[in-house]
Amino acid sequence: MNKLLNWVDERLPVVDAWNKHVGKYYAPKNFNMWYFFGSLAMLVLVNQLITGIWLTMSYNPSAEGAFASVEYIMRDVEWGWLLRYLHSTGASAFFIVVYLHMFRGLMYGSYQKPRELIWIFGMLIYLMLMAEAFMGYLLPWGQMSYWGAQVIVNLFGAIPVIGEDLALWIRGDYLVSGITLNRFFALHVVALPIVLLGLVVLHILALHEVGSNNPDGIDIKKNKDENGNPKDGIPFHPYYTVHDLLGVAVFFFIFFVVVFFFPEAGGLFIEKPNFEPANALKTPEHIAPVWYFTPFYAMLRAVTVDLFGLPAKFWGVVVMGGAIAILFVLPWLDRSPVRSMRYKGWMSRVALAILVVSFVVLGYLGLVPATEGRTTVAQILTVLYFLYFILMPFYTRMETTKPVPERVTG
Amino acid sequence: MRKLIFGLFIAILPALGLAAGGAVPLDHIETDHTDKASLQRGVALFTNYCMGCHSMEYARYKRVSDDLEIPVELYEENLIFTGAKIGELMKNSMNKDMAADWFGAPPPDLTLETRLRGESWVYSYLRGFYKDDSRPLGVNNVVYANVGMPHVMVGLQGLCAVEPKIGVDASVEPLSGNINNADVCPEYAIEGSMSAAEFDQAMYDLTNFMSYMGDPIRVERERLGVFVLIFVAIFFVFAYLLNREYWKDVH
Repeated sequence: MNKLLNWVDERLPVVDAWNKHVGKYYAPKNFNMWYFFGSLAMLVLVNQLITGIWLTMSYNPSAEGAFASVEYIMRDVEWGWLLRYLHSTGASAFFIVVYLHMFRGLMYGSYQKPRELIWIFGMLIYLMLMAEAFMGYLLPWGQMSYWGAQVIVNLFGAIPVIGEDLALWIRGDYLVSGITLNRFFALHVVALPIVLLGLVVLHILALHEVGSNNPDGIDIKKNKDENGNPKDGIPFHPYYTVHDLLGVAVFFFIFFVVVFFFPEAGGLFIEKPNFEPANALKTPEHIAPVWYFTPFYAMLRAVTVDLFGLPAKFWGVVVMGGAIAILFVLPWLDRSPVRSMRYKGWMSRVALAILVVSFVVLGYLGLVPATEGRTTVAQILTVLYFLYFILMPFYTRMETTKPVPERVTG
Repeated sequence: MRKLIFGLFIAILPALGLAAGGAVPLDHIETDHTDKASLQRGVALFTNYCMGCHSMEYARYKRVSDDLEIPVELYEENLIFTGAKIGELMKNSMNKDMAADWFGAPPPDLTLETRLRGESWVYSYLRGFYKDDSRPLGVNNVVYANVGMPHVMVGLQGLCAVEPKIGVDASVEPLSGNINNADVCPEYAIEGSMSAAEFDQAMYDLTNFMSYMGDPIRVERERLGVFVLIFVAIFFVFAYLLNREYWKDVH
């Protein structure tokens, strides 16, 4: 066995790679429960890839056959119902763990120097994930699949001059049709997963180059022992591999409760209108995207005024795009001398709390039909969302921070 | 332009119907897919009263025969009218284009109806027909206003002369001891062969069967789920102990 390993290692740096990324990758020893979500995101990604491959074996990406083939998977394919529910629940689980992972980053300043690239790769992963989820949602070819895609693709039509042509180019047809379904299928199962995997590799390579942040936001590489290893660090394996197993167990428990007992999650993970085949002549009374898009959908609908001769819809798209784009520049907005929320001042804490509340309430507002009152609330919350970022350079510099300890605390 | 507006109007018409349907109160039921007798009565009702117009084309006869413990010969003799083989999908003979002419829209496939609209909705809808001479078919429905479907159960339920009281619980008058609303229909224009209680039970069985068809794996899925969760819980204990063992020297 050892001989084989040596043979390979002389030709491929497997031992080196293992040590760099797992065996001798020193991670801070004070990770708390917020640090589970990175590895959980990886777990869900693997779940999506594996169940996705098997679903592809029985799925028929045509307007005539897509809906029936999903029901074929649910009824006639051995364990097909489990594969599909693992995949559909996995899509929502992916966003839950990614949102919590991002929140962790905001809370402990994980995006700050020198981790700007990790954050940017992470944001690109999030963006790709949204594209992946959006295109995947068309595939069951139900009413909500169809009309959701119709609404979102039509948003591109709001761009002046090129908009209509762009929307046409994306759809490949004047309406969402079997042609759209075919290309979304190709992108969903081939193109985007490749990009996603590449970005995940970059995200982790960048992380392992500069090292993990921690709840105290201090640089553990400043305090090294005689062997040159950080005093506050421990090897990722075995310490964090066994530790992450705990997170995996808790995650799986909740995940399987949904998969086996509430696969529709009350219409949140699988929307009820999607049990009716797509019908281009019949618009559902209320079109709502799946929950993970609703905060941005609420922002889109919150913009109701025409400006500079351009329609409100266009500005809604700008606001929605801006809400995601502004996340990319976050590392340069934070001027605080400290990373972690533990040592930042009250203004940062209040700002983060407002951001979270705004995002969650916007998520709810995006699920329900718009009324006048709700639109007003959505407008206020959209402004608050942006203020978190726009005012960040000021409040992070103005506030008094607490002294950061030399070594990690518990 | 006018054509476009008219087209859009037609396109949103069914949505308006749904909007009206969403607001009405419903009689709530809990379905039970382990009640084989109820499901067997349900499949008999569905085959005899619904399937002429409504297919269940995503499901197969064989699966129903297996799950409901109906012997294949018995099933083929009594519950397949199209000459289909037991392994085939549950389609019917209705021509969709002609059906669209007759009813305004072709009768929808009902495999997933309970998952689309909800079990209580279907149960209430089936008991919600009443006499309305202003409608082309002479009947209307309190749950689905201006529905295009005839009251196919009229021989069983009879025809209610007024709007049935769906979503109103039965109550006992304290002085007289009379039970109000025990029957959803206070007054019949035509008497049916079933009593109110019998008809309610029959519609429960039918809804139960439709609910089973929408989610045939439910019982098995929930049975397996219990074992999966027990496994994960035991796995957690071992993961916890392993983690504690490794971390006991880290300070």
